[in-house]
Amino acid sequence: MTVQDYNFAYLDEQTKRMIRRALLKALAVPGYQVPFASREMPMPYGWGTGGVQVTAACLTPDDRLKVIDQGADDTTNAVSIRRFFQRTAGVETTQSTTGATVIQTRHRIPEAPLSEGQILVYQVPIPEPLRFLEPRETETRRMHELEEYGLMHVKLYEDIARHGEIATAYAYPVKVEDRYVMDPSPIPKFDNPKLADNPAIQLFGAGREARIYALPPYSRVVSLDFEDHPFTPSRAEHACALCGATDSYLDEVITDDRGSRMFSCSDTDFCASRQAGRPDGEGGA
Amino acid sequence: MQAAEMDICAKMKAEVPLLSASGVTRRYGARIGCADVGFDLWPGEVLGIVGESGSGKSTLLSCLAGQQRPDAGRILYDGADVLAMPEAARRRLARSDWAYVHQNPRDGLRMGISAGGNVGERLMGVGARRYGTIRDSAIDWLGRVEIAAERIDDRPSGFSGGMQQRLQIARNLVTGPRLVFMDEPTGGLDVSVQARLLDLLRGLVRDLGLSAVIVTHDLAVVRLLADRLMVMKSGRVVETGLTDQVLDDPQHAYTQLLVSSVLQV
Amino acid sequence: MIHIENLSKSFVLHNQGGAVIPVMAGAHLTVAAGECVGLVGRSGAGKSTLMRMIHGNYLAASGSIRVAGVELAGAAPREILALRRATLGHVSQFLRVVPRVPTLEVVAEPLLRLGVPTDRARDRAAALLARLNVPRRLWTLSPTTFSGGEQQRVNIARGFVHDYPVMLLDEPTASLDAANREVVLALIGEAKARGAAILGIFHDEAARARVCDRLVDAAAFVPEQAA
Repeated sequence: MTVQDYNFAYLDEQTKRMIRRALLKALAVPGYQVPFASREMPMPYGWGTGGVQVTAACLTPDDRLKVIDQGADDTTNAVSIRRFFQRTAGVETTQSTTGATVIQTRHRIPEAPLSEGQILVYQVPIPEPLRFLEPRETETRRMHELEEYGLMHVKLYEDIARHGEIATAYAYPVKVEDRYVMDPSPIPKFDNPKLADNPAIQLFGAGREARIYALPPYSRVVSLDFEDHPFTPSRAEHACALCGATDSYLDEVITDDRGSRMFSCSDTDFCASRQAGRPDGEGGA
Repeated sequence: MQAAEMDICAKMKAEVPLLSASGVTRRYGARIGCADVGFDLWPGEVLGIVGESGSGKSTLLSCLAGQQRPDAGRILYDGADVLAMPEAARRRLARSDWAYVHQNPRDGLRMGISAGGNVGERLMGVGARRYGTIRDSAIDWLGRVEIAAERIDDRPSGFSGGMQQRLQIARNLVTGPRLVFMDEPTGGLDVSVQARLLDLLRGLVRDLGLSAVIVTHDLAVVRLLADRLMVMKSGRVVETGLTDQVLDDPQHAYTQLLVSSVLQV
Repeated sequence: MIHIENLSKSFVLHNQGGAVIPVMAGAHLTVAAGECVGLVGRSGAGKSTLMRMIHGNYLAASGSIRVAGVELAGAAPREILALRRATLGHVSQFLRVVPRVPTLEVVAEPLLRLGVPTDRARDRAAALLARLNVPRRLWTLSPTTFSGGEQQRVNIARGFVHDYPVMLLDEPTASLDAANREVVLALIGEAKARGAAILGIFHDEAARARVCDRLVDAAAFVPEQAA
């Protein structure tokens, strides 16, 4: 099954060691963006090259890997990354959130609570939360260094001024351990509360931008807001059309050319488990 | 009003200059940016720095404002050694107690952010976290610089040059700084707009008790705005004194030349 | 209140071969509180130069100028500014203001600088403008567009808006009609009565006779070689 021409999990050991060092530093300084020597991967940028490198550096032969894209195990991106590691690392894979030891994700945090010993790896397109406000990298680094985060609130201010509320719905900025402002990757803000106090290790990899950052277990993570416009995680005001869940993040699916639509859980494992009558997140392999 | 009068008396009696520079020197390789510049700026005073292009006045201003580090010299702000401060402290000073008005408002504004956001940024930078309060301050300050409140959500890119400059001033003064650095604040504006801006600046300086350092090559501007004048040539100060005294009874050859070169209207 | 001893002044024209032009030497002058002294002498005798030196506008070459106890020769700009703000009033022949600023503001400004509340300062400014017969419709306009006589009256109002203990008046009645001339002379009389020390230049001999307690001839201060 494993392609013997590659080292375990595709990357050579030196590269994995380099990435692990960056990961350790990132865990030691929660929310801080650690530069790393991002490698060319056999997939285009934007397809999760950062997450794949972090996953490769974390995997051991005993791990059970789950890969999701927007919550789903069966989308192209998730399928191809899962297959990539099946071939290069030969690790077991699963669709079960609770059954996985390493979960690589794009744009979601699974609905089922994570537990100690699990690693959640995020694919990050743009790691710098200040990027769209201040284009100069030298300046954003200094702003992080000196904790000059007023600009972050300017963005939220602009939202309220223009839309009457904080319209940022994903990649909603957070402050980690009262120190670094961090981009949680483009997860919906519905998922933001799950970042905080999470028993799992959360690792963030940005391949194109060559940055790694992390949240160690049980980190303090606060979504930025105003006192008179507090942060609110939002979801569509519907129940899942498939499993009936009212507390999960929903996708809106157009079902025909006449504009008919349905809402269903974005987390396919969660939804399938509920439909099968199993406890949340203990879906099939 | 008693309080205001007492305030002025207290300021007059203050023994410590707000800003005190000595021996400030900045070289660019073999070339001198500014050399051995020293002065005291007292609370409520406006100091004009004049000289032609290349005289070192802008270099001096950026050294004073902490934007570049002088090769030698000392700068004390309110008794504290600015150059010995950690950068974080200096930048905190720069966004709360100090203000810097650029000649080109585009350098001092965020063009992609609304007028209100521009004014509110410094407040949020020093920890304001109530949207309503920030917005009220922004409206108040837009009013003070004569920008209509309904423009609050417009981006400055749609403003005229004079409006942009006034917005830059509001954005800088919203945190109630005590010291304002201005680099040719009226440069590049139409004469009629200049007059309006001068009037505004004078009123703000007077009402808020601001101290200011204004760099300009326009002698008419300093005559109307500055209490004191420093004349620079080739990086060095050649003459200082009361503004009207320096302009009406210049002592140094260069100042005499400068003053006599101004076209009379 | 004004005490001048052995004052001299010369201009050095660096850009004209370093020519030195002595304009004053050995000037002595004293003005007491409640006194109005008229400065006379032919044109070019240095009357305006002396006034400007007392105002701190020209530097003294040597000698002493004391105003309300403050030595001006060698004073820090800050001391002169404080003196001008509260103690030393000056009515010059020229009106120098920021364009666009309304007349009422121009007149009220010395009070605002002293921290007087805006409405009180404006009331006082309005009262003076009214007394000097500056039409009310002009108050909201900038004086830069006014006629010479109107500008002169705005200047006088600005000079009298605060009760300065020491006042310098440079031709305060020039270019005024009879009625306004009377108002200005009355203002000077009132200032004397409250104890102000006044030094003035009046070409108008009748006015000079009305308000001046004594006259000082500036020609006496002209240096020998320049005379």
